[in-house]
Amino acid sequence: MLLILYNRIFSLMEMTVNIRRGLDLRLKGGVEAGPQVKSVAPGLVAVCPDDFPGFTPKLAVKEGQTIEEGAPLLFDKINPDTMLVSPVAGTVKAVVRGDRRKILRVEVETTPEKSAPATTSVGSDAEALRLALRRSGLWVMMRQLPYDIVPEPAATPRDIFVTAIDSAPLAVDLPRSVEGKSAEIEAGLKALATLTSGKVYVGMRPDAAIPVPDPAVKVVVKGSHPAGNAGVLAANIKPVNKGETIWKLDIVTVARMGHLILKGFVDWSTLVAVTGSEVKTPCLVQTVAGAQIKPLIEGNVNNDGHHHRIIAGNVLTGTATGIDGFLHYPYRQITVIPEGDDVNEFMGWASMSPEKMSVSRSFLSRFLPGKKFAPDARLLGGRRAMIMSGEYDKVFPMDVMPEPLLKAIMSRDIDRMEQLGIYEVSPEDFALCEYVDPSKTEIQKTVREGLDYLRKELE
Amino acid sequence: MLRKYLDRVKPHFEPGGKLHAFHSVFDGFETFLYTPTSTSSSGVHIHDSLDSKRVMIIVVLALMPCLLFGMYNTGYQNFLGSGMTEFPFWSVMAYGFLAILPRIIVTYVVGLGIEFVVAQWRKEEIQEGFLVTGILVPLICPIETPIWMLAVATAFAVIFAKEVFGGTGYNVFNVALVTRAFLFFAYPASMSGDHAFISANPICGLGGHVNFADGVSGATPLGQVATTVGDKLHLTNIVGDPLSLWDAFLGLIPGSFGETSTLCILIGAAILLFTGIASWRVMLSVVAGGLFMGWIANLCQTPTYPASMLSPVEQLVFGGFAFAAVFMATDPVTAARTTVGKYVYGFLTGVIAILIRVYNNGYPEGAMLAVLLMNAFAPLIDYCVVQANVNRRMRRLKA
Repeated sequence: MLLILYNRIFSLMEMTVNIRRGLDLRLKGGVEAGPQVKSVAPGLVAVCPDDFPGFTPKLAVKEGQTIEEGAPLLFDKINPDTMLVSPVAGTVKAVVRGDRRKILRVEVETTPEKSAPATTSVGSDAEALRLALRRSGLWVMMRQLPYDIVPEPAATPRDIFVTAIDSAPLAVDLPRSVEGKSAEIEAGLKALATLTSGKVYVGMRPDAAIPVPDPAVKVVVKGSHPAGNAGVLAANIKPVNKGETIWKLDIVTVARMGHLILKGFVDWSTLVAVTGSEVKTPCLVQTVAGAQIKPLIEGNVNNDGHHHRIIAGNVLTGTATGIDGFLHYPYRQITVIPEGDDVNEFMGWASMSPEKMSVSRSFLSRFLPGKKFAPDARLLGGRRAMIMSGEYDKVFPMDVMPEPLLKAIMSRDIDRMEQLGIYEVSPEDFALCEYVDPSKTEIQKTVREGLDYLRKELE
Repeated sequence: MLRKYLDRVKPHFEPGGKLHAFHSVFDGFETFLYTPTSTSSSGVHIHDSLDSKRVMIIVVLALMPCLLFGMYNTGYQNFLGSGMTEFPFWSVMAYGFLAILPRIIVTYVVGLGIEFVVAQWRKEEIQEGFLVTGILVPLICPIETPIWMLAVATAFAVIFAKEVFGGTGYNVFNVALVTRAFLFFAYPASMSGDHAFISANPICGLGGHVNFADGVSGATPLGQVATTVGDKLHLTNIVGDPLSLWDAFLGLIPGSFGETSTLCILIGAAILLFTGIASWRVMLSVVAGGLFMGWIANLCQTPTYPASMLSPVEQLVFGGFAFAAVFMATDPVTAARTTVGKYVYGFLTGVIAILIRVYNNGYPEGAMLAVLLMNAFAPLIDYCVVQANVNRRMRRLKA
């Protein structure tokens, strides 16, 4: 009885989650500590519906149309009130389509003169808040489990998990992105608490100065990547069961929600870390979500004649876009690494070079603590069947067995997927498994296909 | 230079080229010589440097001490058996080298040949699994196994234990042990007894004739144990001098080519464990299982089962137990794949190896059969471990 009472009181205040299985990759090209942030106003901005799984895009604008900041560009075919909005005011320059006229992105050319965005007032009840979030373009910035998709509007989440940690390689930690936004965060967290029947958990590092107002719960997270994944937080606090829904989002989205509630419009500015071994001076850039990458990195990439891979995002979950690409969800990092397709490495499998990055003790680099590496995008081996066992477990901090689950996904065995915890996982949680895998399996792609398959079969 | 040559001949192997039928072979050599330049197209953008080639090569490396010692021991046994009193190191090594070389070549040619054909047929890359199998097979067979038998057994094992299941990574049974088991059951006369383990004839003028009629016995320690009558074990080397545990630990005893020296096996184990390529959980629990069963057997020792008179430590040192624990049971494809499963799998392998050795008079050695048997049970063990995770989830759902 006393114990239950104690737990009750304790759970209201603070929790600690220790992530013991994980891996922090030591890459070259991180942003040095320092206040210098340069500001870039992009001429071109794009919204890519592929960044938002579960969102079936329909066009809300025509090419050439003039639009306000925050105006809808695309809406969801099934739930038309869920919208993807333009982060800038300007003209719709192009709707780029791929195979079978699939919409790849909507490009918006910004108008130079800045006008104040239109404001709306958000109602106080939960229904009005939901609608405001869906129309503001912030709804799609959240993900729901199961399926790791944009939340379905009909479902009430059991709990909401917010992460204030970006533990991915070379990422700049999130508290930096929301500096000076305490009021917005408090407003956002309070609003989120009205949308769930359970709790709002906020995961952060011990030293982070993020305000956590009641009834949200502060969770101190220790350990290496993927400690910053909201899904990992959920799995270690209260895993998702079949039939339950949870939402996950980052603290930046919470601050934007607060901004919407307090000021009536969404602040689409974003702090982007320009990182990677091929960047001359890794730096922070203040710009707008969806901005064109070229002006952000121009003149700052090594000119060594080698092919480069420009990634919108981090090396584990980002999208390779090339120099003409745009920032992708969650709009906070660019990584430039060597492509590696122009390298001739003689008998690389026998290499004793200390430059070969690996978690295996068969490479010298494992014994050089603190050494940083500049890996390229090669697979460094051929695709094989799963040979080694237990490699995934070391970097997968959930009570889910990654290898049996992957095999169930590959064989499209729905019952087995459910039994093994498919509802608890997102592709990003498997990123490190994919990195360490000596058989070079495409794990994140497999998990995404599995989740999509499951959703199609069960709905 | 080499790169330029490869680039020049490469078009011949591409679709439409006149040598397209050999493109898997070409791919195999090209990726062996140069790290492939294929880059990631989905998911993570960087990959760990470890690949299956490196994994396999490290296992081969770990087998080298056993291979080298096997050469020396083969020469040594021949010299000893043919009555020589001096053992010049290089002559002894050269003898062993010449004895094993054709066997290694034949296994590799037969096994890799089949791999190449199948890879070409399936339009896949050549897989590296046989690099290890090809060196394991000669190491676990008696030196006098006729070469044609090795060829037949290797072909059987590669085709029926591996390729029909889908190739490396899909096999249920350890391919090298299936080769050994095939030989053991198909040609029992050539695989056991007093003559199989000693190379009896001179090679290229090296070594001498071993005259088995003249008081020389090629029986392995376990062979001698199995035929012991009475309640006293008296183990000897091939010319009748008493055999100490230390001799057996060093490996200067008759036995399968690479399995005799526990010392060299331990060096291999150190390499595998240090690099993390083999599972310490499996290795440790096989040894624990062996010691446990050896201890039980020793507690209830009886002349009916002479092997029960061996101490647990002797059980580990004699025969193929140590080799099986380090190189066979740890094969990640055929062992249990879950963490808890590895302990269970290893322990049972150790127990059953000694169980067969002690209580089945038909087989002086049980390590091979124990590993094969546990290979068959590994999926069941894993199923139970995975089911525990599933049950935990189902209970949570009900609560």
